[in-house]
Amino acid sequence: MNMMNDTVRHDFATIAAWVKPGSRVLDLGCGDGTLLKYLMDVRQAHGYGVDIKDANILACIKKGLNVIQNDLDAGLSGFEAASFDYVILSQTLQAMKHIEQVIGEMLRVGKEAIVAFPNFGYWRHRVQVLQGRMPVSPNLPYQWHDTPNIHLCTLKDFEAFCATHGIHILERVVMDGEREIGFLPNLRGSVAAYRIERG
Amino acid sequence: MSKPNSVGIVTPQTARFESPLTLKSGATLPSYQLVYETYGTLNADKSNAVLICHALSGNHHVAGYHTEHEKRPGWWDNMIGPGKPIDTERFFVIGLNNLGGCHGSTGPASIDPHSGKPFGASFPVVTVEDWVETQARLADRLGIHQFAAIVGGSLGGMQVLQWSVDHPERLRHALVIAAAPKLTAQNIAFNDVARQAILTDPDFHGGDYYAHGVVPRRGLRIARMLGHITYLSDDVMGTKFGRMLRSGAYNFGYEVEFEIESYLRYQGDKFADSFDANTYLLMTKALDYFDPSHHHQHGNLSETMRAARARFLVISFSTDWRFSPARSREIVKALLDNNLDVSYAEITAAHGHDAFLMEDPHYHDVVRAYMERVAGEA
Repeated sequence: MNMMNDTVRHDFATIAAWVKPGSRVLDLGCGDGTLLKYLMDVRQAHGYGVDIKDANILACIKKGLNVIQNDLDAGLSGFEAASFDYVILSQTLQAMKHIEQVIGEMLRVGKEAIVAFPNFGYWRHRVQVLQGRMPVSPNLPYQWHDTPNIHLCTLKDFEAFCATHGIHILERVVMDGEREIGFLPNLRGSVAAYRIERG
Repeated sequence: MSKPNSVGIVTPQTARFESPLTLKSGATLPSYQLVYETYGTLNADKSNAVLICHALSGNHHVAGYHTEHEKRPGWWDNMIGPGKPIDTERFFVIGLNNLGGCHGSTGPASIDPHSGKPFGASFPVVTVEDWVETQARLADRLGIHQFAAIVGGSLGGMQVLQWSVDHPERLRHALVIAAAPKLTAQNIAFNDVARQAILTDPDFHGGDYYAHGVVPRRGLRIARMLGHITYLSDDVMGTKFGRMLRSGAYNFGYEVEFEIESYLRYQGDKFADSFDANTYLLMTKALDYFDPSHHHQHGNLSETMRAARARFLVISFSTDWRFSPARSREIVKALLDNNLDVSYAEITAAHGHDAFLMEDPHYHDVVRAYMERVAGEA
């Protein structure tokens, strides 16, 4: 946790608050396992991470976590339907190739899904676009030419996606840094987290 | 021996078992012996033991050297030793030659006490379950109730799987490397071609070639050549040998011309000089029969693995087409279905099935990291 900035920690706390103690969780794009470890520590979750990168697999094993090396864009065929209480996708959605497939698979495998992503509609991003440049911010730290992020969206975009795909939004938390944003979230929020289920 | 990170000179030991062993086939061996080696020190509460299960042509000589003059160390020396991924300064590591082997454990070339002659064709077919049973008896003999981990690659990985369901309480961790939950028709087909090469060799004499003072060398050599093709990837063969010619030109004949021919013949010859044909037949048959879900309705691996209690590390290699990553994922799924702890690494490696024996930094880092966690609990 000491490596993480406050923004991300707050994001983790939000997710952890949604996860009922002792749940079975699947963390997609788990990276070095920081969130998964946090969920095990504070929520006694029984969890598995999924990642594609060798370095992340090694980092998770070093932490004593369960981790499965798998390409998320290839689907979750190795996981049974409704076999997890929560399937989590934190700060990874925007880098996926097949969004419909990934969300569909999350809601097949999980009774609920939790999705957290940077809000492209955040005002600082909008200002940079108005200034004629692609946005670069703590939550979108890449330059246009080296970014892994290929499917950025705003809160409105994501909610429209859920509506057209028959997905229920159970809860939403929008943040900017450590602050929770209630008023004008699509403008003032830099990160959003959604708890969703099949409609 | 001054080799760095080596367990040094090791001396094989022999355990004799006088109580009869009834095999899966129904046959009974009244007595037998197992040859084994150990590295490192068993701790006071006997909680740091690691069992290494060998593959088709492996044996008990896993690490170190038998003599100062031995050119090559044991077959998994790059993995096992002081400071190595399976660290003999922390673990007490056991390697054994499986029953039916040809390196000191009772096998087809051993003398049958009833006849005073080699068993030959009369040696019973053994299965992976039988091996696990004999390994458990060896563990009893050594006073080890529970292994910190049982580790194996290929056919060795299958023994680890079998252990996890036959004796769930006797292992804390299972490392299943480059394995499969059972063979495919294609796998069995390769094995049968290998067996046919041996069985149809005129020197085979129905398995009793010892009495004739010959060995079915040609058959065993072809079997091994075929095996080697399936252990390597097309890519690595292409890189290593390509279409290179030994003399640089076509000779328009049937002698060795391409480098790959030379390599395979060398491997075949070397193997035929050191391995027993009956053991080869027996090992391939054990592979074919292996199917821990055989007794379960619909052959469901998830139901089979319900009995397991160990934590698992499953590893596959990207270019392994003999036991492809998809086969390891079947194992992983069965473990997930039972809510068992499992990590799965798919190692990018060029060497095909053989990659599990190679020194690859990431592969070894993964095993090292996992074993450090195991050591922390021991």
